[in-house]
Amino acid sequence: MFAPDSRPAPADAPNTAVPQDTGFTVLDLIVSNHPGVMSHVCGLFSRRAFNVEAILCMPVGDGLSRILLLVPSEERLTQMIAQAMKLRDVHEVRTDASLAGIFDRLRKVVGWNGVS
Amino acid sequence: MHLTGAQLTVRLLERQGISLVAGIPGGANLPLYDALSQSRAIRHVLTRHEQGAGFLAQGMARATGKTGVCIATSGPGVTNLLTAVADAKLDSVPMVCLTGQVASPLIGTDAFQEVDTYGMSIPITKHNFLARSAEELLFIIPEAFRIAASGRPGPVLVDIPRDVQLQMVDATVLPEPGRADTPLLPDPAEVARAARMINEAERPLLCLGGGVIHAGAGGAALQLARRADMPVAATFMGLGAVPTDDPRYLGMLGMHGARATNYVVAECDCLIVAGARFDDRATGRADSFCRDARVIHVDVDQAELNKIRCADAPLRGDVLATLSALLPLVEERDHAAWIGRVEELKSEHPLVAPGAQDPRTPYGLVACTGDLLDGSEIVVTDVGQHQMRTAQIYPFRRPRQWISSGGLGTMGFGLPAAIGAALAEPGRKVVCFSGDGSLLMNLQELATAAETGANVTIILANNQSLGLVRQLQDMLFEGRRYATSFTCAPDFAAIARGFGIKAFDLSLSHDPLQTLRTALDYPGPVLVNAPVSADAPVYPMVPPGAANTEMIGGERHVRA
Repeated sequence: MFAPDSRPAPADAPNTAVPQDTGFTVLDLIVSNHPGVMSHVCGLFSRRAFNVEAILCMPVGDGLSRILLLVPSEERLTQMIAQAMKLRDVHEVRTDASLAGIFDRLRKVVGWNGVS
Repeated sequence: MHLTGAQLTVRLLERQGISLVAGIPGGANLPLYDALSQSRAIRHVLTRHEQGAGFLAQGMARATGKTGVCIATSGPGVTNLLTAVADAKLDSVPMVCLTGQVASPLIGTDAFQEVDTYGMSIPITKHNFLARSAEELLFIIPEAFRIAASGRPGPVLVDIPRDVQLQMVDATVLPEPGRADTPLLPDPAEVARAARMINEAERPLLCLGGGVIHAGAGGAALQLARRADMPVAATFMGLGAVPTDDPRYLGMLGMHGARATNYVVAECDCLIVAGARFDDRATGRADSFCRDARVIHVDVDQAELNKIRCADAPLRGDVLATLSALLPLVEERDHAAWIGRVEELKSEHPLVAPGAQDPRTPYGLVACTGDLLDGSEIVVTDVGQHQMRTAQIYPFRRPRQWISSGGLGTMGFGLPAAIGAALAEPGRKVVCFSGDGSLLMNLQELATAAETGANVTIILANNQSLGLVRQLQDMLFEGRRYATSFTCAPDFAAIARGFGIKAFDLSLSHDPLQTLRTALDYPGPVLVNAPVSADAPVYPMVPPGAANTEMIGGERHVRA
């Protein structure tokens, strides 16, 4: 299902300062938690030449994992979502730009100041 | 009851109703082969290359619509198989591939004949599995068959480590066989909107793709076309969806479509595309394709809708269910002016097939073969000029009569796919049009043809070159022909006889038509070598990057 924004944001996600103008959004995927699923998801984006800026993946219990992908919010994103929905191990896909804040905080952790 | 993983797999194949599999044994799948040797219900066809096994399974699947099964061992067995898997993915052919893998503890150690089958098969399968225990097979095997056949069909690969094949598992309770999901029904509101568009159209046109064949929707499509009074075009994959002699039929559109077909398609004001994906070979330059037409796109795959062309009415659903839902909402119309225009274009710009009466010409081989047969035959091709000529002029009469590698365009497809089709449909003659370039890519399967006695007539248009590539060099690279001519000219009739296969050579015949007839009447594998000119391009042709209306060649006044 391509669900509307119904899932609660992760507890530490900032609820304010939604970065609408960065040109990026976040794809929020619920997937089966098994060893091949990251390959399936990442491979889909790379072979269709759609850039993924950053990736987060964590198990969330019940045999499921949640994958957050920081992606450019461009026209082809709809097509990528449709392709992702076809993966058997992908159960749910939604877009939520407000989750981009998580990646801002991670950026500090990995030590990049955003200027290259 | 306890079984090994291998025995369980064979048992589950039997329960799926599988009666024919193709493959080659090797170290990592030997337990599976040992289990297979004990099966009375499954016949195994030993090919001479794993790619042959993959295409043999495809031939079975394309001829019958049922999921084909092939088997390979780990490492080179798998890498050999992958081309046939990628081919099945692009043409949406239901297939289950069972591959042996090195034993679980050895995975990741660069063991003998180890490759990352799982990783390599992700991009070219609909789905894939790596079985981690024999118990998992209870779920994986039926699930693989369900996935392969559901919605838009495709290949599913199951990688089974050797130790998993040998592991004992309690098989007292066996799962139900995997079946295709129930056909997806379209949104009624969208169907109603699409029907209104058809009813408002002055110049509607129906274009049928391979999805129509998969869904068995040819009859419904023709009914719709009659009701709305519209012409019907087919993509390469949609050939045979409606009979080529139907008055509404326009032929194949696209890169090597007839001039009339591409002109008519360009003039429609409402384009209904069913089970097709706006492939570049079909549309030419996409932003010039039917620019002013409203587009209704029917497809079971959500990701195909709005991928290349934004549809005014995207209808996601099973093609048969969707066309059937449209039918009662579409008004009976009489588009006399439009049909008149279609007839005018058809008579002004027909497909020109030079030498069609003469079996010694490339077009004549195809046309005369079609004339000599009654329509019950299956027509398989390899890839190249012979393939395009067959697509252009063969008198197809029914769905699944036409079997060819479309999306991937794999040379070497023809012979093994023809054997698969012949074994799956033993009541039918299978004609395999091939070229010398293509045939040499899976020539070893002549041995499989000889062993199985498959009722295949190979008609070899032998021009001692890679004809279609050479044509491209002539057109796009100022005639600088390079690496496209064969100076070695093997005696294909002698080669066939060397495999124990009957062979004819049209160049040695005083009555080529009679020789062709004799070869087609002969039951069992037979090869007809037909030397043809390398200087006969396939026309018309839409150059890369051009609109479909900007065709080169194939004008009626030009006679080659």
